[in-house]
Formats: sequence, C-alpha cells, structure tokens
Amino acid sequence: MQKPYTMVIPSVTATLKKYKGKWGRPEAKHLLKRTLFGAKKEDIDFFASKSLRHAIKILLDTPEQIPAPPVNNYNDDKYTDEEIQPGQAWITATKISGMNTGRRRNSFKAWWIGCMINQQRTLREKMVIFWHNHLATESNNVDNPTMVYKHHALLRQYALGNFKELIRAITVDPAMLKYLNGNANTKKAPDENYGRELQELFTVGKGPGSHYTEADVKAAARVLTGFRIENKSIPDVHGVFEPGRHDESDKQFSSFYQETVIKGRKGKDGEAELDDLITVIFQQPEVSRFICRKIYRFFVYHQIDEGTEKNVIEPLAKIFRDNNYEIKPVLEKLFTSKHFYDAANRGAIIKSPVDFTVGLCRECGVAFPGDDNFVDQYGFWLSIQNTAAQMQQNIGDPPNVAGWPAWYQEPLFDKTWINSDTLPKRTAFTDRMVSYGFSRNNNNYKIVIDTVQFAKQLSSPSDPNLLIDELAELLYAVDLPPEEKQYMKTGILLQGLMTDHYWTDAWNKLQENPNDAANTKIVTNKLKNLLKYMMSLPQYQLM
Amino acid sequence: MKRRDFLKNTITGVVLPSFLSGISLKALAGAPHMHALHPYMNDDRVLVLIQLAGGNDGINTVIPFDQYNAYTAARPNIFIPQEKVLRLNGFDATAFNPAMTNMQQLFNDGKLGVVQAVSYPKPNFSHFRATDIWMTGSDSDKVVASGWAGRFLHDVYPEFPDNFPNTAMPDPLAIQVGSVVSTALQGPLFTMGMAISNPTGFYNLVEGKVNVNSNSRWGEQLDYIELMSQKTDQYASVIKKAAQKVPAQSPDYPAPGKNPLADQLKIVALLIAGGLKTKVYMVSTGSFDTHAKQTEADTTTGTHAKLLQRVSEAIGIFMNDLKFLQIENKVMGMTFSEFGRRIKSNASGGTDHGAAAPVFYFGHAVKPAVIGNNPVIPTNATVNDNVPMQHDFRSLYASILQNWFNLAPDDVKNILMADFPLLPVV
Repeated sequence: MQKPYTMVIPSVTATLKKYKGKWGRPEAKHLLKRTLFGAKKEDIDFFASKSLRHAIKILLDTPEQIPAPPVNNYNDDKYTDEEIQPGQAWITATKISGMNTGRRRNSFKAWWIGCMINQQRTLREKMVIFWHNHLATESNNVDNPTMVYKHHALLRQYALGNFKELIRAITVDPAMLKYLNGNANTKKAPDENYGRELQELFTVGKGPGSHYTEADVKAAARVLTGFRIENKSIPDVHGVFEPGRHDESDKQFSSFYQETVIKGRKGKDGEAELDDLITVIFQQPEVSRFICRKIYRFFVYHQIDEGTEKNVIEPLAKIFRDNNYEIKPVLEKLFTSKHFYDAANRGAIIKSPVDFTVGLCRECGVAFPGDDNFVDQYGFWLSIQNTAAQMQQNIGDPPNVAGWPAWYQEPLFDKTWINSDTLPKRTAFTDRMVSYGFSRNNNNYKIVIDTVQFAKQLSSPSDPNLLIDELAELLYAVDLPPEEKQYMKTGILLQGLMTDHYWTDAWNKLQENPNDAANTKIVTNKLKNLLKYMMSLPQYQLM
Repeated sequence: MKRRDFLKNTITGVVLPSFLSGISLKALAGAPHMHALHPYMNDDRVLVLIQLAGGNDGINTVIPFDQYNAYTAARPNIFIPQEKVLRLNGFDATAFNPAMTNMQQLFNDGKLGVVQAVSYPKPNFSHFRATDIWMTGSDSDKVVASGWAGRFLHDVYPEFPDNFPNTAMPDPLAIQVGSVVSTALQGPLFTMGMAISNPTGFYNLVEGKVNVNSNSRWGEQLDYIELMSQKTDQYASVIKKAAQKVPAQSPDYPAPGKNPLADQLKIVALLIAGGLKTKVYMVSTGSFDTHAKQTEADTTTGTHAKLLQRVSEAIGIFMNDLKFLQIENKVMGMTFSEFGRRIKSNASGGTDHGAAAPVFYFGHAVKPAVIGNNPVIPTNATVNDNVPMQHDFRSLYASILQNWFNLAPDDVKNILMADFPLLPVV
C-alpha cells in the first residue's frame, strides 16, 4: 500500500429497541445473509412471508436432528479400512493408525461442509462455527479423528444452548484436554495453558474491563489438575478426573474474582472444584460482555464504538446474565432489534471464506451428489473445504487457539480476509463455479452453477432490466449504482446493442427450442459473463 | 493438489476489479519459465481489433459511387448527396461517408484499406449469433466454443496459463477494453485475455485511486476491497508500469468521454508504447443497429454519421499517436461488424439487418487498396436484397496470421479450421 489505510467509521443509532419497521424481502435477506450461509431466494421468500417474531422463532427453535456422522469415503489405492466399510460411519472404529487419521480428519472436514451446505433454516450451523472460532482447537494437533468429531459434536449440541454448560463440557472434552494440555496438568507439574486460555480467550477475555492476574491463571490451573483423556476404547474416548493427579490445596483468586478461595477438595470430590471455578468466573460480568462483543462482531459489524458498547453490548450482556448464560435470549434480542436492521449495518460485513464458498453453493443452487454417491459427494465437499482453506479459512484448523484474526484482530477485523493473495482466489472460485466448476470421476459428475436454471427462478428473466435487478437483489447486500446495472445490460447482455428485445428474443427462443445449440450457447455465455462479472464486483464480498 | 495442477484446474481468468467505475483486469498468474512455442513470435507486432457492434451499414459507409443512381433509388430517404461524399485517390468508383474525413486522409496517405463485401456462406441475421460466428471463426452452421484469436494465442503459447506470466511473456497475451473478455479471445480451455473495463477505471488503476464510499459502514468496507483489488494482480502492476513509462501521448485526442472509441484506443496506444508484449487488443464501439432514423434530414448528419465520425476520428488520432510514440510500425488494426445492412433503406429512415459489409484495415505497414468490387446495387432494389459475399471474413484472419504474425500456413489452417485464400492486406 502506498499510504496507510485510514478508516473513517460512520456512526449508527445504537439501540436494542425492538425493530418496528417494515418487514419484507430486504429485511429477511439481511437477516438470512447473517444467520445462514447465504440467503437463497426460496428462503428469503419463506421468511419474508412470516412476521419478524415468527422468523426468529424458526431460526432459534426449529427442532433438528443430529446429522448422521461422517463416513468412510477414503479407501484408495494406498489404504483400505479393514474395519469400517465404505459409506459406514467411522466414529465407531476401534482401530486408529497413521494411515487412517488424516483420511478421517479430511472426511470430517468434508462432512462439516456438507452440514453447512445442507443446513436447515436455523442458526445452528452459524453458531457451530462461531463456537469453533471461539473455543478453537486444531485437528492437526488433536490428531485423533474420533476426538475431533466428539469435540465438534459437543459444539453442535450446545450451539444454541447454555454457554456456562458448554464451558463446563469443553473443559473436560478430550480434544481440548489434548490441545491445551489439560491432560498434562498435574499437581506435580501444573500446566497453565488451559487455565490461561479459559480466562483470556474463552470467558472474561482481554477487554478493558478484564483484570484477572497471573496468580488467577496459576490458581485456575491448579483447580484443573487431575483431568486426563481416557481412551482405552477409541469410540468411547472421554475426559476423566483422576484424584491422584489433583492438587488438593486451596486456591486463592484475586480481587477481580472477589478474592474468592476455592477450597481444595479431596479424592473424587476434587472434580467438583471445576464447578466452583466456573461459578467464580461466571460471577464476573465481564464474561457476558466479552461474549456479547464477539457475537456482535460475528453477526453485526466489527467496530464497537462507545454508543454501541453502552446501548447494545451492555444491555445484551445483562440479558445473557439474567438468563443464566442461555445463548438464545441474547440472539433473539439482537435479531429483533432496531439496531440490527439499521440500513447502516446492512452489507457491512466482509464474507468469511466459508460464507463466500458455501454461500455461493447455496444461493446459486449448486447440486451435489446424494448420499448414495458418497465418494463424489465427500470429494466435492472437500473441494469446497480446500477452496475456503486456500482463502485462509481451514475449518477444523484455525491458525491458533485465538481463532481467526478476522474476528478479534484490531483494527482490520474482517478486512483481514481480503488481501492480494485471497482476493484473486475468491474471484477465481466464482469464475470457476460459473464456467466449469469442479469435476470428478472422469467428468461424470460436476458441481457448477446452472446459470439458466438460476435465472429461471426469477420473475421475468426475459426482461434484461428485471433480470439484472433481481440478480443484484439476490447476490448483493447493498445497492449497485445505476450505471453499473446499465453496463451489465448494455455491455454484457446486449453486447452493445441498444434495444432490450434482443435479449428477450434470445431468452424466449431458448425456452421454446432448447435444442438450438447456437442460441443456447449465446444465452448461457451471456448469463455466465453476467454472473462472473457480478461476482467479481467488490459488492459481492459483502454480506 | 500441486500448485501447478491447481492453476491448471482452476484459473480461467482472475478478474481484478475496482468497481463502481468498474475496471476489471482479467488475468492469470503463475511462475516464470515458459517460452513461446514459436521463436519467430517473439517479435513485437500487435493487432488491434475494433468491433463495430450492432451491424454497420456498409453501403452508407463505403458508397458504391459508380452506381450512384441505383444507390439513391434504393435509399431515397438516407442517400448521401453526390457532392458530399469523400473521394478516394485512385479509386473513383468508391467513396466514403462524409463523416470519415480522418479515414479518407489515411486512405489517401496509403495507411488504410478496405475489403469489400466481407461475410461467410449462409449469413446469419441475428446479432448474437452473427457476432459469435465472427468471434469464433466458425461456419454458419457450426457452434464453436473458442475464439479465433484465442486459438491463435493458444497455438503460440500452448502452456498458458500454466507458469504465466514469465520472463519471456511477462504481459497479458491479449487485452480487451471492456469488462468481459470477448469470445474472440477465448482459448480452447482458458480465456487468453484480460479485460480493462473502462477508461475511468483504467486511469484510477494507473493513478492508484479508488472511488470513495466511506460515508457508510459498507462503503468503508468497499473502499478497502477496491484498494486491495488494485494491488492484487501481477498483470495490474505490469500494466501500471507500462502506462507510467510513457511521458506524453498525442495532444490531438478529444476530451475524455467525447469519443469513447478514441478513449479506448488511447489506452491501447499507451500500453503498446509502454512496452507490453501483448499481441492482441480488442476494443468495441456501438451501437450500429440503425433500424430507424439513421440520418437527419441532412443525411450527412445523424446517428450513423456520428458513429462513423467517432470511428474515423478515433482511428485517425490513434494512427497519429502511434507515430508520435514511434511505434507506428508495430501496429496493424482492423474493424469488423457482425453483419452489414440491407441494400434498400426502410420506411423509418433506417436499414435492417443484412449480410456482407466492408472491413477496414489500417497501419503504417499495410498494403492500401480497395480489395474487391463495389456491391452491385439492383436498379429496383427490394427489401430482401442483400450484399452478397465477395470475401470470407476468415480470409482476413488468415492473411493477418500468416502475413502479419508470420505463422506457418499449416498453423493458420489449424487455427481457422480450414484453408482460406489470402488477401493482399499486408
């Protein structure tokens, strides 16, 4: 950059008062772009036809089944899993080896992308990745794929549940015990890693109101001594408390935690000190503020000014505390607030790579193979996962325990997704998905945007003005300047001609005679050029 | 996946956009090492293609002066007065539209020629289909996915886009002024060109400016993405560097926005003078789709005159600029339009979609001439009368490939999918 980028952050009315404005497609789209991976036309139509209250209820309260676990998609010329048949879930496997751990972790990542692509109309998938970012572990480091899956299942289970209970569960989760050395934390050799991150990253954070001390880190670490991973049977791997490894002395906390002393407990009772610790930490209101700020940045906008802190974060934090750290009331308040629907907040987030890639597949109705063709299905899911990873978001393997910088790193936040390496990759991906997609199995199966089908769902694709207006409405969270739309029509659809009927004729001809190869090529090329161009605009990076 | 495979499998063209005003550079990335297949291609010759979109009315452009009575009878409402046509030295039978003073000058100076009645067997009258035929170089009844210039560039640089840009070819193979790379530049698998969408966007890139949207939260994010997009592509920097190497261009260009084709050709001249090794440039202007009222009551004025005036002025100034920049021997250009228009004008003072039409070719090295004869104007022309083909458009492509780019006849045949007789254009 020639000169440092200076940011002027526009202000916005910050209030959690209930949104009483118009509820229509623009509002539903805004809500869905933030709470699902991409806003499909049919989803926008569906939610726009409900009331706001009802829409939020659907997002938060729709009952869901736990997705069927990942399967063996990984037999290849170098390895055949003798225990788990192709297409069968591997989480019941009793054998683990250097040959199958990496393959199963890839299977897990592909499967996770599949969960996102096939998500229901609920907030769960978004919250799974929110918690994954917040309570980060790296599958590379955890290594054991069964532990990786169980950790993920835990996040999924608590995604819209109780945060306090989630912290209790994650503390003794085997993947976390391994990742932050909880399993090596003993009275003889206390390991402070988890005791520190529990406070610094998972609960009270490092905000201006957080004043825990180094002594608190040590004290927490001593409380947490004694947990280890029990993995005599791989499918049953779990965290256990072993009294012999536990430090039974009293633990003194600082004034930040009201000078609380956690009394040392003996024998098996030592495990209950974890509950004492969680009680101590969650009495500190900074926990609720820290989490609400993170939720705000994830769902609304990266910058929190004084007004937002006072009028949005603080009241949300109070709701969080008053509801004993249930997550749903906080989300409900936020997504029904005037602030969330403020025009200034729409389109103000730069899509994460997962939002970008999975969102494209969902919004453009990209068809993936079904469960009966799980090899290609997982293969394509993995292609999407790889693509997002190349854009710097490798799900399952965040850069470190702090998660992705886009959600914590001042001052750039979500701008860190966009750089000279990742931006061309984003456009290469959209170009690819529009033009030829990904192929497998000697081109027998392909995932690609069917541009004609995509256009057909619109109200009047034969009218170039409506076609462009409605595509823009679907693809962008913000308005386009009229000269940009004019260019799309004249420059791309009409190739320099001045009368709309040339497009109308070509489109109608395609409907009447789909076997006319020359005309089919003309219409599809124009639609492809239009979509490629639209997806290459910076507006497409926003949600 | 290996990086090489990744590039091979994924990248068709990286749009590098900087938006609202809309520059987008379609380009490709890679590590240096590949050389061109044909060593003799490493010369510095450039082709500039000027698309006259919409179907140019050839008969009011290149007027069959030797059949003036039949001409006025066929076009009672739009014919050009005898005393107003522009005469050509040594070619009394043929004259130019009065709006084309610069092109008349070029012709008389021996730097511009005309190929009469260019088309192909079984001409198509649909804009889009006819454009596709010209761009792909296909037969009328065949659908071909790649473009003729794209196949040419693929023949020269068969490894592209793997390991491009490289030291031998550090620059885009082809540049399209316009946000979408045209079918003409589509290779067998990959697009061989990059697009520079519009002059404002181009100069924003060269000067490192973005549109400022910072008065909103999303606008502030957008500014950042735009800024990053300018810094993104390797080709963006070579283009910027090339543009900045040139201290001055001809002062004759009209003010920006007055003549969009001149604005585009000014960029082309700048990039050639800046040393880009890019082989093919493509620009486009329109719309020549003059179904109604193509002239005013004074038939030397009106829509068609204005369009021709722009083309003529733009080519004239471009040629002067090439000389000013001392690159005149590197460049040849040609115009083309998807079709001509009917011989007889219609009752709305316009002309409907037709068949063959003249092509202009220009450059300091061309062989100037009027190649072929004036179309024969029937004494009682009817609405169905079309200008019949004298020259296949692919003969022009073949002549340029073989005699301008020095490709071997076999390669030319391969690229154009058949043999076409050469024309003495260069």
